[in-house]
Amino acid sequence: MRLLDFVQRLGSISLQILRALGHHATFFAELMKSLPSALRRFFLVVAQIHAIGNYSLVIIVASGMAVGFVLGLQGYYTLSRYGAAESLGLLVALSLVRELGPVVTALLYAGRAGTSLTAEIGLMKAGEQLAAMEMMAVDPKQRVLAPRFVGGIIVMPLLAAMFSAVGIFGGYIVGVLLIGIDAGQFWSQMQNGVHVFDDVGNGIVKSFVFGVACTFVALYQGYEAQATPEGVAQATTRTVVISSLAILLLDFVLTALMFSSL
Amino acid sequence: MSSDIFLDIDRVTFGYDERVILSDVSLQFQRGSVTAIMGGSGCGKTTLLRLIGGTVKPQHGRITLDGQPIDPDNRDALYGLRRRIGMLFQFGALFTDLTLFENVAFPLREHTKLPEAMIRDIVVMKLHAVGLRGAAELKPNEISGGMARRVALARTIALDPELIMYDEPFAGLDPISLGVAANLIRRLNDATGATSLIVSHDVHECFLICDYAYLISSGRVVAHGTPDQLRDSNEPEVRQFIRGEADGPVRFHYPAPPVEQDFGVPA
Repeated sequence: MRLLDFVQRLGSISLQILRALGHHATFFAELMKSLPSALRRFFLVVAQIHAIGNYSLVIIVASGMAVGFVLGLQGYYTLSRYGAAESLGLLVALSLVRELGPVVTALLYAGRAGTSLTAEIGLMKAGEQLAAMEMMAVDPKQRVLAPRFVGGIIVMPLLAAMFSAVGIFGGYIVGVLLIGIDAGQFWSQMQNGVHVFDDVGNGIVKSFVFGVACTFVALYQGYEAQATPEGVAQATTRTVVISSLAILLLDFVLTALMFSSL
Repeated sequence: MSSDIFLDIDRVTFGYDERVILSDVSLQFQRGSVTAIMGGSGCGKTTLLRLIGGTVKPQHGRITLDGQPIDPDNRDALYGLRRRIGMLFQFGALFTDLTLFENVAFPLREHTKLPEAMIRDIVVMKLHAVGLRGAAELKPNEISGGMARRVALARTIALDPELIMYDEPFAGLDPISLGVAANLIRRLNDATGATSLIVSHDVHECFLICDYAYLISSGRVVAHGTPDQLRDSNEPEVRQFIRGEADGPVRFHYPAPPVEQDFGVPA
């Protein structure tokens, strides 16, 4: 009997996972179908770029600066052991542009903008605003979700670029202004060692993918949230957890793919 | 079917899994009339509105609006029909990030290509009709519940729908707001020639303004008629509901074993 129970549970869990995957896929397909209408009314997207992007700037700039400081210190500690302290600019830039910029920005985005999106959509659902839209023959996926989705995808690479730029400046403050590395070598090594397509391009591709993943998770969780205070709270938590795991997993997959093409 | 019947619910059955919510109900709504659907909480009134709006699909039976079937599986046709329907939600469901003006303008902006000046005029006209022209620039969180419902009503009638559905329009309103809301429903119906459908358990207010009423209990239509006919009814269930008696055909106690058994004392 125990074996039978085990098999039954296994089957039930497998079915649940399959059903969830199918639901996500259907939702994603419907969102994709709604994109042209969002692009036609681009002013709605612009409003979301402002709401998602502008309000995330403070946390992105502050975190970018802090990460730049730490990279400057840790990088100098490691490089000076090998007499290569003047390569600090290159190390800071490559670390930020290829890896830390997109990943940390995405994690911060999930915590700042993702939760806000989930809570907003979830509360709209709880307040029957989405149902009211439906009854007005206005598709909430087209009117509410699609502009936020496009806005999120556009915003993420911009925020990552901002993060990296501020981080490099933080590295410069620590390396050049505080430690005393030669400013010319700091910048020239960076200029010679950072490649636009291989390094910056990879970072942009990662940011784009993270933008799609994080915004989709946030919107899906909000739209499918139970229309109660507890339901919205749980959905918000799920957004952070799922987005963070997705970012780290996708980062590994993308990095592996990018390395294989080297 | 007579052409005077604008909305026809024909032998509709609906439920979730094993739980039957509406069982073989038939209701007809005369064009241009105000009809009330009354019944206790959880009797299936709001489900009826969801069925008419095409949010859910009946398991059996059919619903037609002006002769056209409401089919949730045919999205384009459904959205076409929904443009002829306005629905006032119980708590207004105003968009909290928009001003009252923008809320009323929302359906106009979504469904028409009217110039901004004309949209402004229509919105001001609708807000004036519900007495809130002066509050146009306020946000929903700056007004009372009764005012929110009036703004929602202005938004509902923005596109001059042919069918207006009201979900519990009197719930939670103070006496003044309640009288205002009831008066507005009747006046708007008469002025626009729309067909109105009120879902409520407020017998007094409904009977004041409706032309016809259905009483639903346990997912079935137990009585229907004009307010006077229902008031004079000898049906125990109708009398209990209209007089607000705690016990009767609709039991006060939820089904339970004998109370002596629960307390462990001999019967």
